[in-house]
Amino acid sequence: MVNSNLITFLAEGKLTYTDGGAFAEYTWLIVVLPFIAALLITFFGKYLPLKGAEIALATIGFIFAFSSYLLYLNVTEGVASEFFINVGSIGSFDLEFGWVVDGLSIMMYFVVGTVASLVFIYATNYMQGEVRYTFFFTSLTLFAGSMLVLVSSPTLLQLLIGWELVGVCSYLLIGHYWEKKENSSAAMKAFITNKIADVGLMIGIIVLALSTGTMRISEILYQSTHDYESLKSVAYLAGVLLFIGAMGKSAQFPLHVWLPDAMAGPTPVSALMHAATMVTAGVYLLARMFPFYEGMASEALDVVLLFGVITLFAAGMIAIVQDDLKKVLAYSTVSQLGYMVAAIGSGAYTAALFHLWTHAFFKALLFLGAGSVIHAVHTNSMKEMGGLRKEMPRTYTTFILGTIALAGLPPLAGFFSKDEILASLNHGGYSTYFAIAVAGAFITAFYMTRAVVLTFFGEYRGNGHPHESDSMMTTPLIVLAGFAVTAGWVNIPGIYTGFTDWVTTRKNPIVEYHPESFDYFALTSGLLAGLAGIGLAYYVYQILGRPEDGDEKIKVEPIWNLLENKYYLDDFYFKYIINPTKSTLANTIDRFNTNILDKAVNLFGVAAIFLGNIVYNKFDQGGIDKALNISSSSTDALGARVKLLQTGKAQQYIMYFLSGVIVISLLILLVL
Amino acid sequence: MSVQPFLIAAAGLFSIGIYGILVRRNVVMVLLSIELILNAVNINFVVFNAMLGDVLLQGQIFTIFIITIAAAEVGIGLAIVLMLFRNRKTANIDEFDLLKW
Amino acid sequence: MEALDIISYFLLLGLLLVSVKVVTTSNVIHAAISLVFTLAITAATFLLLSAQFVALVIVLVYIGAVIVLFLFGIMITRAPLGQNAELDNDNNKSFALVVSLSIFVIFSYVMFNTFDTQIIVTTGTSTELLGEILLSRFVFPFEVVSFVLLAALIGGITLARQDNALVDENQI
Repeated sequence: MVNSNLITFLAEGKLTYTDGGAFAEYTWLIVVLPFIAALLITFFGKYLPLKGAEIALATIGFIFAFSSYLLYLNVTEGVASEFFINVGSIGSFDLEFGWVVDGLSIMMYFVVGTVASLVFIYATNYMQGEVRYTFFFTSLTLFAGSMLVLVSSPTLLQLLIGWELVGVCSYLLIGHYWEKKENSSAAMKAFITNKIADVGLMIGIIVLALSTGTMRISEILYQSTHDYESLKSVAYLAGVLLFIGAMGKSAQFPLHVWLPDAMAGPTPVSALMHAATMVTAGVYLLARMFPFYEGMASEALDVVLLFGVITLFAAGMIAIVQDDLKKVLAYSTVSQLGYMVAAIGSGAYTAALFHLWTHAFFKALLFLGAGSVIHAVHTNSMKEMGGLRKEMPRTYTTFILGTIALAGLPPLAGFFSKDEILASLNHGGYSTYFAIAVAGAFITAFYMTRAVVLTFFGEYRGNGHPHESDSMMTTPLIVLAGFAVTAGWVNIPGIYTGFTDWVTTRKNPIVEYHPESFDYFALTSGLLAGLAGIGLAYYVYQILGRPEDGDEKIKVEPIWNLLENKYYLDDFYFKYIINPTKSTLANTIDRFNTNILDKAVNLFGVAAIFLGNIVYNKFDQGGIDKALNISSSSTDALGARVKLLQTGKAQQYIMYFLSGVIVISLLILLVL
Repeated sequence: MSVQPFLIAAAGLFSIGIYGILVRRNVVMVLLSIELILNAVNINFVVFNAMLGDVLLQGQIFTIFIITIAAAEVGIGLAIVLMLFRNRKTANIDEFDLLKW
Repeated sequence: MEALDIISYFLLLGLLLVSVKVVTTSNVIHAAISLVFTLAITAATFLLLSAQFVALVIVLVYIGAVIVLFLFGIMITRAPLGQNAELDNDNNKSFALVVSLSIFVIFSYVMFNTFDTQIIVTTGTSTELLGEILLSRFVFPFEVVSFVLLAALIGGITLARQDNALVDENQI
C-alpha cells in the first residue's frame, strides 16, 4: 500500500513548460512518415539498389533526428502539449486522434528513434541474403510507426489502436521465417497471448471511458487527481484491467510465455521489439496512467507490484538453465520488465522509466551482439560455442560491456537504474520484495556471466569457422555500448537528476518520492549481489569447467527440471486452456452446429419440401386442377347433353320455338 | 256481325296449322299445313279490313300479296322437295336430319 | 244481322272441321282435298265480308294453282297413296297438341279482350277501287311481288332441272 503521505515536493522547473512551438505541432510527421515509408517500400522497394532498406533507413534517420531535437527542447525548456484531431463521435464520445509531446513521450520517441536506427543499420547487413528482405523492412518500418502511434496517443482509443498495431507487426516479424512450423506457431502464440491480455485492456478502457465520460488521457488523469466520484468507484477495477493488458505486452508472469518463443524471429527483431520497444509498451501504459494509479487506484498498484516481483524472480531462474543464447536474453528481458513493473508498483515512476531507458540500450546491445555471434557460428546453442573472444573481439568487448551494465555494476547504466528501483522498494518498506529483488540481481549477474563464459571463453566446440562480423554490424554495437556506458549518467541522485525532470514534464503533474542522495543500503545490497553472481558463475563455468553433454555442474535435479520445463506453465496452458478449447469446446460447438443449427436449417428445407408436396398434391392437383377439370368436364357433359337438342329435325326446332313464344306471351299477358 | 267468331276461327285455323306442322311426317303435308296458317292470316286481314272500314282497302290488298307470295313459296318449296326426293328417295322429314350434332 | 251471323257460324265451324281433317287424315290425297275445301270455305267467308275480289283470287290462285302444285308434288314424291299409318309422327303428337292448344288459347284470349265490341261493317267493295289502289298507291309492292314471282319461277325451274347426263339415274 503506497503511503499517501509520501514526500510530495516538486523540484523547481517541473511545472514550467512550453508547448514546444512549431516542432511539437509537426510531431505528427514522425508518426505518419513510417506508414508512408512502409507503403513505398512495399511497392518500390524491390527495384531499389538496397532493396528498400534505404527508405527505411531514411525514415528512421529522420525520426532519430527529430526526436533528438525534441529531447533537446525538453531538456532545455520543457515541453508538454497535446494536439487533437476530431474525426467524429459515437453517442457522447468524441473520436479523437492526435499526438502528445511531453516528457514521457519525448523520451519514448528518442528511445525508439535511436535503437531503431541502430537496429535498422545492423539489419541491413544481418538480413543480407535472407528471404523476403524487402517485406522485412516494410514490417520493421510499420512497427516503428505503430510504436510511435502508441506512445504519442493522447486518447485511450489511439492507444488501443497503436497497441493492436504493434501486436500485428510483432506477429509478422516473429513469423518471418514461417516456412518452419515452429516459427509460425511462435508468432501465433505471441499474438494470442497478447490478445488474451488485450481483453483486459479493452474492458479497462471501456470502464474508464464510461465512468469519466471522455477518452482523453489527460482529462481522465485530471479527474483522477481531483477526486471525481464516478471514477473512484471503478478505479481499482480499471487499474487492474489496464494492468492485465500491460501484462500481455510486457510479458509479466504468467502471460510471459510468448516472449522466449518469440526468439524464433530474426535477431534484429528481437533486439528492437522484444528488448527495447514493444515490450516496454506495457510499462509505458502504466507510466502514462500513473497519476490515475497514484490518485485513485493505489490498491491496484499492490497487484502490479506483486506480479512484477514474481516475474523478475521466476524469469531469472529459468534463464539459468537455458542453452539457447537468445532465450537467456529473452528471459532476462522478462526479468528486467518485472523490475520496471515492480518499480511502478511501488510508486517509483521515474525509477521504472529510467530502467526502461537504460535497459533499452544495453539489452539491444546484448541482442545485437548475440546476433553477431549467431551469424558467425550459425547456431543459437551455447553448447556449440566457446572461445569466441579471440575471433570476435569487438563483439566480445561490447557484449561484456552490456553484461556488466545489465548486472548493475558502476559506472555503467544498469547500476544507476537498478539501484533506484531497489531504493524505492526499500523506501516503501517492502522488505520481502526488496530481498527478492536483490536476489534477482544476483541471479541476473549469474546467468549473464554463465552465458558470457559459455560463449566467449574456453575452447570452440562447434564445427564452423567463426569470424568477426563486418562493420555495418559492429558499428551499431559500438554505439550502443557507448549508450550502455553513459545512459545512466542522466539521473544520479544528489548530483544530476535531469532525467527525472524530463519525464515528469507532463500536463498532469507526477507526485512521487525523489531521493536526495543514494540509498546506501540498497546500493550495497545490489552491488554485492551483482558481484557475487558474476564471481560464482565465473567460478562454476570457467574454473570448474563447462558442462559437456548438457550435464551442468550445479544441477539440483528437481529444481533444474522445474526450471527447464519453464514451471510447466506451457504444459498447463496447453492442457487446461488450449486443448479443452480446441477439442472439447470446438467439438461441442461443432456438434451443436451440425446437429442443431444445420438440422434446423435442414428442417426448414424438409418442411418446405413437405409443404410443397402437400400444396402440390392437395391444393394444386386435387384442388385447383380438380376444380378446373370438373368445370371442364361438367361443361363437356352439359354440352354433350345439350347438343342432343340439335337433332336436325325441323319439327322439333319449331316446337322449341313455339314453346318459347308461348312462355313469353304468357309472361307478358299475366305479369304485365 | 261481331268480329270475334271470325277471329277465333282464324286463331283456331292457325293453331291447327301449327299442329299439322309439328305432327306430319311427309314434307308435302308440312307445306300443306303452312298453307293453313297463311290462310288463317288472310282471314284475319280481311276481317280487320271489314272491321275498320278502310277506305284504302289495305287489308285486302295485303291479302292478295300474301296469296301471291304463298304461291311463289309453294312453287319453290316443292322444287326443293323434288330435289330432296331425288337425293334421298324419301319424303320423310325425319330422314332429313343431317344438320344434327 | 242475325242471318248473316248464323251463316257465318256455320261456315266457320265447317272451316275448322275441314282443316282438322287436313292435319289428321292418313291419306295424303284426302288432306289435299280437304285443303281445297278449307280454301273454298274461306272464299265464302270472304264473300260474306265483302271482299269479293280476294275470294275470287283465292279460288283462282290458291285452289286452282297451288293445290294443283301440291298434287303434283305428292305424285312426284311417290307419297304412298291411300291410308298410310306412317303419316303422323307419333312422338310429337301430345306435345304438339299442347303447343297448338296453348297458342289457340292465347290468341283467342287476346282477341277476346281487344276486339270485344267491334262489329263488321259490310259495305260493297268495288273491284275497280281495289285495282285503282293497287296500281296507284301500292304499285311499288305490286312490282316487287312480280319480281318475286319471277324469281320463284326461275328458281323453281333451276332447282328442278336436271342435267342430261344424269337423266338415266334420276328418272322421275
